[in-house]
Amino acid sequence: MITNTPINPHEARRLIVETAAECGESAHLGGALSMIELLSVLFGGFLRHRPDQPDWEDRDIFILSKGHAVLGYLVVLHLFGYFDRDKLRTFQTNDSDLIAHPIKKIPLGIESSNGSLGQGLSYGLGVAIGMQKRGQDRRVAVMMGDGECNEGSVWESAALASELGITNLVAMVDVNGFRNDGENTMYTRGPNIADVWRGFGWHVAEVDGHDEAAITASMDSAFKGDQGPHVIVAHTTKGKGISFMEANNDWHHNRITAKVLEEIEAEMGGANHD
Amino acid sequence: MIEISKRNARMWSRIGIRATYGQALSAIAAENPNVLALSADLGRSSGLDRFSKEYPDQFINTGIAEQNMVGVSAGLARMGFDVFASTFAPFASMRASEQVRMNMGYMREPVKLVALGSGLAMGFLGNSHYGLEDVAVMRTIPGLTIISPADCAEIYQVLEACVGFDSPVYIRLTGAVNAPVVYTEPYDYQIGKAIWLRPPQDTVIISAGTTLGHCLKAADALAEDGLDVGILNMHTIKPLDADAIATALGAKRIFVIEEHTRIGGLGSAILDHVNEHHEHASRIQCHGIGDRYVETGNYPFLLERNALDAAGILAFMRDKLAGA
Repeated sequence: MITNTPINPHEARRLIVETAAECGESAHLGGALSMIELLSVLFGGFLRHRPDQPDWEDRDIFILSKGHAVLGYLVVLHLFGYFDRDKLRTFQTNDSDLIAHPIKKIPLGIESSNGSLGQGLSYGLGVAIGMQKRGQDRRVAVMMGDGECNEGSVWESAALASELGITNLVAMVDVNGFRNDGENTMYTRGPNIADVWRGFGWHVAEVDGHDEAAITASMDSAFKGDQGPHVIVAHTTKGKGISFMEANNDWHHNRITAKVLEEIEAEMGGANHD
Repeated sequence: MIEISKRNARMWSRIGIRATYGQALSAIAAENPNVLALSADLGRSSGLDRFSKEYPDQFINTGIAEQNMVGVSAGLARMGFDVFASTFAPFASMRASEQVRMNMGYMREPVKLVALGSGLAMGFLGNSHYGLEDVAVMRTIPGLTIISPADCAEIYQVLEACVGFDSPVYIRLTGAVNAPVVYTEPYDYQIGKAIWLRPPQDTVIISAGTTLGHCLKAADALAEDGLDVGILNMHTIKPLDADAIATALGAKRIFVIEEHTRIGGLGSAILDHVNEHHEHASRIQCHGIGDRYVETGNYPFLLERNALDAAGILAFMRDKLAGA
């Protein structure tokens, strides 16, 4: 039974920008803001995990393969109770273990080190196969980006997962449509990204990645475990929730000044000074 | 453990390094269901054909996809399996090097990555398949142990030692069929503990891998000239055995011989170590492949052309000894 409940995406987004502003450094914002509903529904309704017992041996494993979106992930872990606000405040400060990419640290709920794109699905596939070989009823969820899907290694693992018919591995692709340099034209001028996954033999659900009911329905099916592998191709808005960041790739990686924070707070309804 | 004997050593040498790897891993897997073998579609080239048929639940062919093989291996190692993943040396160490770095280095997942046909063993397959840079690349990854077994018997020893060894390891297999025999009787093997094949003298050779077999022959020739040579099997290239190096430094001359580019290999590692930890350095001469792509031919030809067979090693040493 899952006892966690979804978080408030609005609250998560406010914490993302506040934390980014506090550290005073540039942070990856756009791709953190775009995946919040996906993580909220996953951690709230499907992933078996215990924030008060991060090393629970029957837990599912989440891997943030699009590692640069870590700030969204850290905020979600914080809101689920893995660590407190003070810990979150160490983000991108000297000597912190909370930096611009995840560093595997199970006591904090961080299950793998990432940052080099295109590697999380391979690692997750290995863990999923291992769970099956151990006879464990556990699942692996891997969050990727559509930019990340430019990496060839993604397709090496996608093909093997399909060949093996792995049923306890669920991939999510946060299709926010941008990569570092701008529009991800590989899947607009080139092949349709959902078709590519279908071509690799995956069960594909295409959803609006900000519609929690639609995400829930897709995960209901993906986590059933009777067939696989499953991928949820979620169409999202990069920078979602902050009007001037939406679909504006200037906020892929950028610094939030005090003045910008004021604008955001005015728009979002004030800071939550807890 | 299968007995190391003259008879077995001869048999292993005949079937060669890669087939011995498959045979040894099969023997270990037969007794230990926790052992998994992964191959990037080189099972047949590494003696794993029988393994895959006899232990299908312990074998995964990841397809011709080395990056994914390393990632999947890391996931399996995280789940507590003893994972031996193999492909040819350049694909293991360079094509997948960033996966090695992230998964085996950064996350310390204890995969045993087996580099087949390293050095010049791939003969006519050419430079695309030679493993002449792998030690240099792998040495830069923190926490990664690098082992190069001296002969087929030592492959058995290394694989046994790696089961349950809770660190990532890069196992560098040089040599081909008719591999030189170094060991014909049982001996103690420990990761990180170098072995004196011949006791230290004023002149010492340090080497690793099947090159040691050629070094032994070169030393025989020098012995006939009246020069006794100590030979150190530095099977663990990282971390180096500091005590053994300290002993070796008692020699007037040290030769480091390797089937690898002279840049970043065993010779570099020993020079780095001596430079950092010892005030005086005996004169150390490193011998390996120059900074270039090498000519192509069969394995004995390549060893001869690169002066890494017994005669070449002997000539190199005589030249340096004459200049002393």
